[in-house]
Amino acid sequence: MNEYEPVIGLEIHVQLSTQTKMFCGCELSFGDEPNVHTCPVCLGLPGALPVVNAQAIHYGIMIGLALGCEIAPRSQFHRKNYFYPDLPKGYQISQYDVPLCRGGRLGDVRIHRVHLEEDAAKLVHVGESGRIHGADRSVVDFNRGGTPLVEIVTEPDLHSAEQAREWLVLLRTTLRALGVSDVDMSQGSLRCDANVSIRPAGSGELGTKTELKNMNSFRFLHDGVLAEIERQQALLEAGEPVVQETLHFDPVSGTLTPLRSKEEAHDYRYFPEPDLVPLEATPEMLAAARDALPELPAARAARLESDLGLSAERARELAFRTELADYYEAALASDGAAVDPIALANWIPQLVERIGSDADPAGSRVAPASLAGLVKLVSEKRISRDTAREVLDRLIASGGDPEEIVEREGLGAVSGEDSGLGEIVAAALAADPVAAEQVRSGNMKAIGPLVGYVMRETKGRADGGEVSRLIRAQLGL
Amino acid sequence: MTTEILELTAAEAATAVRDGQLDAGELFEAYRERAAADTLNAFTWVAQAAPASPRAAGAVGSLSGVPLAVKDLFCTEGVPSQAGSRILKGYRPPYTATVVQKLLDAGAPLLGKTNQDEFAMGSSNENSGYGPVLNPWDTARVPGGSSGGSAAAVAAGLAPWAIGTDTGGSIRQPAALCGIVGLKPTYGACSRYGMIAFASSLDQAGPLTRDVTDCALLLRHMVGQDHRDSTSIAFPEEIRLPERGDLKGVRLGVPEELVGAEGGVEPGVRKSFDATLALAESLGASVEPCRLPHAPHALSAYYLIAPAEASANLARFDGVRYGLREDGAADLTTMYTRTRASGFGPEVKRRIMLGTYALSSGYYDAYYGTALKVRTKIAEDFRAAFTEFDFVVTPTSPWVAFELGAKLDDPLAMYLNDFCTVPMPLAGIPAISIPSGLSDGLPVGFQLAGPAFSENRLLEAAHALEQAIGFDGSRARGGAA
Repeated sequence: MNEYEPVIGLEIHVQLSTQTKMFCGCELSFGDEPNVHTCPVCLGLPGALPVVNAQAIHYGIMIGLALGCEIAPRSQFHRKNYFYPDLPKGYQISQYDVPLCRGGRLGDVRIHRVHLEEDAAKLVHVGESGRIHGADRSVVDFNRGGTPLVEIVTEPDLHSAEQAREWLVLLRTTLRALGVSDVDMSQGSLRCDANVSIRPAGSGELGTKTELKNMNSFRFLHDGVLAEIERQQALLEAGEPVVQETLHFDPVSGTLTPLRSKEEAHDYRYFPEPDLVPLEATPEMLAAARDALPELPAARAARLESDLGLSAERARELAFRTELADYYEAALASDGAAVDPIALANWIPQLVERIGSDADPAGSRVAPASLAGLVKLVSEKRISRDTAREVLDRLIASGGDPEEIVEREGLGAVSGEDSGLGEIVAAALAADPVAAEQVRSGNMKAIGPLVGYVMRETKGRADGGEVSRLIRAQLGL
Repeated sequence: MTTEILELTAAEAATAVRDGQLDAGELFEAYRERAAADTLNAFTWVAQAAPASPRAAGAVGSLSGVPLAVKDLFCTEGVPSQAGSRILKGYRPPYTATVVQKLLDAGAPLLGKTNQDEFAMGSSNENSGYGPVLNPWDTARVPGGSSGGSAAAVAAGLAPWAIGTDTGGSIRQPAALCGIVGLKPTYGACSRYGMIAFASSLDQAGPLTRDVTDCALLLRHMVGQDHRDSTSIAFPEEIRLPERGDLKGVRLGVPEELVGAEGGVEPGVRKSFDATLALAESLGASVEPCRLPHAPHALSAYYLIAPAEASANLARFDGVRYGLREDGAADLTTMYTRTRASGFGPEVKRRIMLGTYALSSGYYDAYYGTALKVRTKIAEDFRAAFTEFDFVVTPTSPWVAFELGAKLDDPLAMYLNDFCTVPMPLAGIPAISIPSGLSDGLPVGFQLAGPAFSENRLLEAAHALEQAIGFDGSRARGGAA
């Protein structure tokens, strides 16, 4: 990928977690019996009219503000016309030339626009294949129809599959912090399409793009974009043009297949929705949305870095997963005798690795205060790192107070002359005179087996630094 | 039915019921029998029996149980609501339109559903999927449209009063051709919830009644903001029953653009119009020419905007969830095509095509976009006119009722029917049509249009004129029974 630069833009659909649908009073649901959350409006019955959900507008404005967008004082709903059984009115109410939000930025990526619309219903294809081809018949579940959606469109500012994946994680964290959506890709409350093109490195022009539909997990997004970049590169290298088309990524085979050809491109015949008045974002609405904004992940990472001295990488690792940063800050706050913030931050990944990488540590048996207590025991050299890991395992298994566990189990660090550590070091030197001689003559690499001996004898309770200090002292170094 | 009941206006019948001189059940049954024996094809559905209880009959409400005929396109729970279209044959909605519910609640029980041009597209009622309606003044002639069934039913005494909808003249023009009163309210005054939409930015519900007092009484219970219709607005005052008998100080503007040669007003209509103006002057009104420079373009703008909205509004009739479905298609597109090809009539198809074209990529600005600009200009014209005049007056229709089939092969000639009625809905303003007399034995309508929310003043002026004109519509009631 030296010769070509990928250019990637994302289009993200976010189902808002409002109480009711975008244009009617039906409850939002997931997994309920089909067609129980319906009414004349969301079934598109003759004569029914839409009414805008105020909470959806509020959430839309919150998202716009969180992404640094300009909020249109007066935006407009449009009808997007096309026929499909999952679209009961024969048009989707969406926004077109005057969206709720324009401009903005999240991380390194500029936001083109953010607008509100309604979700389609769900088509279920009955038959062995489970897909539209080969289905005996198709049935429609209107429970989802009319769910409020926010569409976020980025500028083409992403340049690798990995960057696209990372940015989507940041977006999801931001939306989760706002509390406006479940942002669960597996359940479709966060859906992502990617526009991908490649161009000769350094070129200012954009290549022909393809649209990758429904990259519905972070891995699919990554793998799909990567596969498409490779496919386009192979085409260009073979002297063939990239054709503008919509592609479906099959995560199992890793292949991309055209979804619909350009010839079938729709003319959606957008026009202003006459059943709705223009949407006025009043100063009161903007103030309410601004007041509802929590600290956002990007700002939180910056704060963890500047105020607490965490590395940029560690700060993002915590801040971009709200639950980790929340846990971290709870642990930090739990102990009046301040625990070292950097040391504490370094222990969060240890905990996450043990409880499962997607789990929320707040749901584990390890109270934030316990983790802080554990880290303090290490910092004060009252237990060794190895012991601390062992104590952490016990906390995860059955909770409790780390100090009590250390005392009860006699796991306290072995240190100082009267602890017998000197005698164990002496025994180690006696047991491996070759290594002892090598260390004495300046080969510090040989110290490993000697430290290892002491650790075995003390069951890991000795502090590594103190052991090597004692070894050198006894060897007269 | 006793002739006395038939000769009562709806307001008089309501008073008689309230005073204990007339039984609400008897009143309902009298009209139910007439509606059931309808030979004009004005009804598409008639109630089987009177409502069971006095409360259900409306006797305890302020409309005192005076039965109501409702244009087919208003959704009425459990009752066929087909909008005059075969594509909705047998469709019974699970809910009732707000305006109908308000009238039921006020004590006007549902008498029946009235025939109409399919999806309110037409000026003769010949576009109904359920056959044309006949004009009670002359059954060889059309009643006007699209609320032709409602107009004919009231004129013929098959219903004491009725409601309809007006998009480009669909209340006022049939009221004129049938010799009754019809009012199109200010856009937003009445909820559109439950009205099967033709053109959302123009459609308004309104009364069709025997006289202006009935019109005011019915309208009083129709207006009001509805949280289910975002475009509805609270009416700023109560609708009063008109009492005025003079027009002192009232300034009437006669727009040359609509009334002049371009409007194609036929001589008999012109004569009645001029006589009414003279009568207005004798009642104290001033009559002066006024300017509506863009009004001649209203028809062109209307026939882009209304079909454009209709093309989207009618997309939901796709055979998937309700109404007609042509089975046996191998694929989805064929099912859509067959269903819509057989469910829609020719005029509806014509307008869907027009509207789809007007909104198409590359044509939007030239057609729909331009039409919206013309619409703005027309609204400005009226605003300017209303700084000098209280009302703008025109003949409602350039012609009296024409013979069935006379204009069926010439859609453009048919569209010209709406020449004088289309500018008002484009401007969102109210207008009323009252019978001003007969021409060759057929009724002529006189239209007054006022600024937004001027309904009370419009009703007062119309009432004063009505008293002076003394129109007698009884021949239509006798002729149809």
